[in-house]
Amino acid sequence: MINNPPLKIGIASGKGGTGKTLLSTNLAAYLSQTQPTLLVDLDVEEPDDFLFVRGTTQSITDQYKMIPVWDEKACTLCGICSKTCKFHAVIQLGSIILVFKELCHSCYACSELCPAEALPMQKHKMGEIKTIISGNLTFIESRLNIGEEQAVPLIHQTHELAEKTHGNIPLQIFDCPPGTSCPVVASTRNVDFVVLVTEPTPFGLNDLKLAVETMKEIHKPVGVVINRYGIGNNEVEMYCQEAGIPVLAKIPYDRRIAELYSNGQLVYDKIEDMQTSLDNIIKAIQNVVRKN
Amino acid sequence: MKIAFTAAGTTWDSMIDPRFGRTEFFIVYNDETQETTVFDNSAVKNEAHGAGTATAQKIFEIKPDVLITGNGPGENAATALKQLDMKIFVNAHNMTIKEAYDNYKNGKLQPL
Repeated sequence: MINNPPLKIGIASGKGGTGKTLLSTNLAAYLSQTQPTLLVDLDVEEPDDFLFVRGTTQSITDQYKMIPVWDEKACTLCGICSKTCKFHAVIQLGSIILVFKELCHSCYACSELCPAEALPMQKHKMGEIKTIISGNLTFIESRLNIGEEQAVPLIHQTHELAEKTHGNIPLQIFDCPPGTSCPVVASTRNVDFVVLVTEPTPFGLNDLKLAVETMKEIHKPVGVVINRYGIGNNEVEMYCQEAGIPVLAKIPYDRRIAELYSNGQLVYDKIEDMQTSLDNIIKAIQNVVRKN
Repeated sequence: MKIAFTAAGTTWDSMIDPRFGRTEFFIVYNDETQETTVFDNSAVKNEAHGAGTATAQKIFEIKPDVLITGNGPGENAATALKQLDMKIFVNAHNMTIKEAYDNYKNGKLQPL
């Protein structure tokens, strides 16, 4: 095990609210019983894994992005900045240049192309990364400040920090944001395998298909976990069978799980079938990754 | 005086587009010259972010005295529009441009 590179697993989903947090926190806590495990919450717009991890805070670091700041005195009002900004984060209104820092992608184009050097880049705090230790489990939480619109830069910084400070932990689980857009791609970019959590409903199926297509585009092996199994219909299973996507586990629709979860409790140590599911998931992933 | 409407179409019978940043068109009526001008804003569809500020910049170039719209501009657009000396009336959705204009004339529109 020592010579093997770490196994990095992304937990994602097309649809929100399917059980990414349930699976991430329980899988991480369960695996940490036998070996050092890293859990990283990359759902930076609303991280919630912390509700299920109790430990000691090791560090909190402020995270910054660079934004242009208008120097009114130096500005010649040539308008190049507002025409350059693809994201409409810099606009010219008559004799005023307005910078919308939440919209800024820190590309430096306006700053570099300004002939009067009137848009120097400055640090702007966008969020925090917290590291918590709970026995064998290292938990990194990344949190974007309220009002910030760009999740991707913080997700990249979180990956970098996790790699630098805890990159040698053999098992690494990344709880990703929902959906199929840039934050998901940024979150799953470095992982070896992506677990897509879904529910057996038409909504779950629709968004699962989109997530599968996204992961195909970035060449990630995927497996599906069907949560709340027993509700809805069997279309998700039929789809996975036809598309040749392995169903790693089916977590039953069980009132006990909902009750424990809503009280901020882990379920793997209280519900027997859950451990079997988690074992199946990790074994299936290890088999696929080893083959590759 | 120039009155701008966020519009889902290009005529007086078109509905008000309730959105500011992502409005399809602006219809601008000059009540002194009785001229109507249409500005196409549909290119904003391709923007994932920054529609509000992009449209605010466009409105700044048109420089109307009054803006009549539906939901009202979002936070970023509102910040930009503060730089402009312009009265904004909201909640004109579900009206045609003509109905919104008549309601404005009769003082029945809600100022922002």
